[in-house]
Amino acid sequence: MRRLALVLSLIVMAGPALAVRPDEMLPDPAEEARARALSQGLRCLVCRNESIDDSDADLAHDLRVLLRDRIKAGDTDQQAVDYIVARYGEFVLLKPTTSGGNLILWLAGPAALLAGAALAFAALRRRAGAPEAAGLSPEDQARLAALLKDQP
Amino acid sequence: MIVELGHFALILAFVVACLQAVLPMIGAQRNDPVLMAVAGPASVAQFLLIAFSFGALTYAFVTDDFSLRLVVENSHTLKPMLYKVAGVWGNHEGSLLLWVLALSFYGATAHWFGGQLPARLKARVLSVQGAVAVAFLAMMLWTSNPFLRLAFPPMNGHDMNPLLQDPGLAFHPPFLYLGYVGLSMAFAFAVAALIEGRVDAAWGRWVRPWTLAAWLFLTIGITMGSLWAYYELGWGGFWFWDPVENASFMPWLIATALLHSAIVVEKREALKAWTMLLAILAFGFSLIGTFIVRSGVITSVHAFASDPLRGMAVLAILAVFVGGALTLFALRAGQLEAKGVFAMVSRETGLVVNNLLLTVSCFVVFIGTIWPLVAEILWNRAVSVGAPFFNAAFMPFIILLAIVLPVGAVLPWKRAELGRALRPFAGALAVTVAAALLAYALTSGRSALGPLGVALAVWLVAGSAVDLLQRCGRGGLGSRLARLTRLPRADWGRATAHAGLGVTIFGVVALTSWAVEDIRVVKPGQSYDLGAYSVELVGVHDEAGPNYTARVAEMRVTKGGAEVGRMFPAKRTYPFAGMATTEAAIRPGILGDIYLVVGDPQDGGGYAVRSYLKPFADWLWLGGLMMAFGGVLSLSDRRYRVAAGARRALTAVPAE
Repeated sequence: MRRLALVLSLIVMAGPALAVRPDEMLPDPAEEARARALSQGLRCLVCRNESIDDSDADLAHDLRVLLRDRIKAGDTDQQAVDYIVARYGEFVLLKPTTSGGNLILWLAGPAALLAGAALAFAALRRRAGAPEAAGLSPEDQARLAALLKDQP
Repeated sequence: MIVELGHFALILAFVVACLQAVLPMIGAQRNDPVLMAVAGPASVAQFLLIAFSFGALTYAFVTDDFSLRLVVENSHTLKPMLYKVAGVWGNHEGSLLLWVLALSFYGATAHWFGGQLPARLKARVLSVQGAVAVAFLAMMLWTSNPFLRLAFPPMNGHDMNPLLQDPGLAFHPPFLYLGYVGLSMAFAFAVAALIEGRVDAAWGRWVRPWTLAAWLFLTIGITMGSLWAYYELGWGGFWFWDPVENASFMPWLIATALLHSAIVVEKREALKAWTMLLAILAFGFSLIGTFIVRSGVITSVHAFASDPLRGMAVLAILAVFVGGALTLFALRAGQLEAKGVFAMVSRETGLVVNNLLLTVSCFVVFIGTIWPLVAEILWNRAVSVGAPFFNAAFMPFIILLAIVLPVGAVLPWKRAELGRALRPFAGALAVTVAAALLAYALTSGRSALGPLGVALAVWLVAGSAVDLLQRCGRGGLGSRLARLTRLPRADWGRATAHAGLGVTIFGVVALTSWAVEDIRVVKPGQSYDLGAYSVELVGVHDEAGPNYTARVAEMRVTKGGAEVGRMFPAKRTYPFAGMATTEAAIRPGILGDIYLVVGDPQDGGGYAVRSYLKPFADWLWLGGLMMAFGGVLSLSDRRYRVAAGARRALTAVPAE
C-alpha cells in the first residue's frame, strides 16, 4: 500500500493538474490538432497506461514538447512518431505495430470470429438435421408441471 | 476486544466453510440426507460469521483504532465518516473481506431461496460454493489478514488515497464485487450439474436469478466506475481500456453471453454444454480480474496492493477451480445431450450469434490485456497495448452485435423466416437512416463515427420498441398499445436493457466525436468563449476541507448575456496522504455537460484553464442504468423466481 501511495503520488505530484498546458500549444491550430491526435497514441513511459495527452507527468510534458518541435520542423505524422519510437522504443506506441509476433494480436479477433462461426455453423447444421429427441421423462414432466403450476 | 472477536469469527468461518465444502458433497455421493442437510445451515453460519467479522473491521475503522495496521495505513482521524466506512474496502485486505462476505451472502441466498432445488443439487452447489470460500478465506488468513495488530500504535494514520475519497468510488467496489462473486453461483451450479451429469430446463431456470443478479451488479459497478473516472480524473475520459477496467469488463461480456445462452437451455434444452462452459469461464474471468488487480503483473492506473505472494495465491485458486472445472467439463460434456431441435434461422441461432460475438469480443479484450506479458515472455519485446488498439479491434464486434440484436430478439423459437421477421422493422429502419442522415448533415466534415453511432443507437432503441409491439400480438395500433402494460416484466426488461445499450452507444459516440475542448491561460476578470457560452474567471480563493486544503476558482458562465450559473473547479491538496487531486466543476444537462478544470498559476499571471462541452455525456451512464434496470425488471418477473411454486405451500402454514 505504501508503494502504491508512492507511485500514485509520483504521478499526481509530478506536474500541475493539467495534461496539455497552454504554453506548450502550437500557434497553428492545424499543427496543434495533429500534435493532439498523435500524442493520444503515444504512451507516457513512467505512467501506467496513460497517453502523453492525458498524463500530468513531467516526462509526458517533455514528450509533448518534443513531438511539437518535430511537427514545427516540418515532419510528417509518420516521421514525428518514428523519431520518438527510435529514441524510446516501441513501448511508447499505445497502438502496437503489426510487425512480427504482433500480427497474432491483430488477427486474433477476426480469426476467432471465423473459427467460432465455422464451428457454430457445423454444429447448427448437424442439429438442424437431427431428429427431434424424445420428450421429457415422466418424472421430469411431473417436476416441470409442479414448477409451471404457479405461472400466470 | 471486538477486533479479536472479528478475527476469531473469520477463523471460525474458515472452519465452517471447510465442513460445508466436504460433508454435503459426501452426502450427495452416498445419498445421505443428514450430511446433505449440513450445507444449508453451514452456508448461513458462514455468512453470519463473516458479516460479524466485517462489522468488527468497520468498527475499528470508525473508531480510529490505530493499533490495527490496516487502519493506520488507510485512515486518519480527520477523514470524513463516509470514507472511514468506505476505507474498510478501499484496500487489499478489507476488499478481500468484502469479497468473501459477498460470496457467503450468495451461498446463504441459495439456502434461503433454494427451497425448490432438488436436495442433491443444492448440497453440491453449496459444497462448491464452500470450497471457493475455503480458498479465499485461507488466502486471507495466511497472506492478507486484515486484523493484524501493531505493537506500537502511532497517534494517527496515513490517510487514504484521496482519489478514492469520493462517493462514487466508495460504492463502486461493493457493486463490482457483488457482480464478480455472484458469478460464483453460476459456476457452482455448473460444477454441481456436471458432477450430477444432468442439465435440464429446470437448471436453466434456477441458475438464471443469480446470473442475472450478478450481471446487473456488474453493470452498475462498471457504470459507476466509468462515471467516477469522468468526473474525478480531471479530463472527462470515461473508459481507458486499462487492465483493471478490462478485468471487470471481461466477466461482464461473458456473463451477458451466459444470460442469453441460459435462456436457450431453459426454453429449448439446447446449448447445454456451451452454457456450462460459459458459466465456468464467467467465474474464471472474475478470478483473472482479481489476479490482474492484485498481482501487479500487468501495470495499470489503479492496480492496488500488488504483491507477488498474493498474486500467486490467486493464481493457484484460479488454476485449481477453473482447471478442475474445465477437466470435469471435458469428462462430462459428452453426456449432456441436447433435446431441442431448431432450424438454421431461429431465435436459437440468433442467440448463438449473440454468444459468438460476445465471447469473441471478450477474447479480443483478453488477448489485448495480456499481450504485453506474452510479447515480453516470448520475444523479450516491450509492447504497449492501449486504447487505440482496443477501439480498433473491439468496436467492429459491438457494431455487428448492435446490427443483429433487434432482429434476433424477435425471431421465433425453432424455425423462423427472415423475411417475415424483418417486415416489422421497416419503420425502425427508416427512422434509423433518417437519424444517421440528420447527424451527418449537422456534423459534416467531422468524424464518420458520429452518424454510424447515431444510426446504431436509434436502431437499437427503435428495435426495442418494435420488439415490445410485436409481443402485443395482432390488431390495430391502439389495441396493441393497450396491451403493452400487461406484458410480462421479463419482456419489458429485455426491451429496456436492449434500448439501454443503444443509449450508451449514443453517449459514447457523442462524447468521442462532438466534444469541444479549450485550453488557455485565464487571468481573474478575463472571459472567453466556449461554444455558445461565455466563461469568466471571477476570482480564485483558498478553502479548507476536513483533511485537505483547496484552491477554488469561481467561474461565471453566461449564454447570450444571461447568467447560466457559477461553477467552482478546484484543486485539492491532501497533506497527510501527500497527494493532490483536481476537482472538475461539472454542470450536467440532458443535452450535454459544461466541464471546467482549473490548473496551476502561470508565470505571467493567470491560471491554466481547461474547458469542455461534453454533448450528451450523461446518456452514457443513463444507458448503463437502463441496462441494469432491465435486469431488475426481469429479475422481478415472478416466473423466474426460484421459489415460484413453493410460495403457495408456505402461505398455507397457519400463523402461530
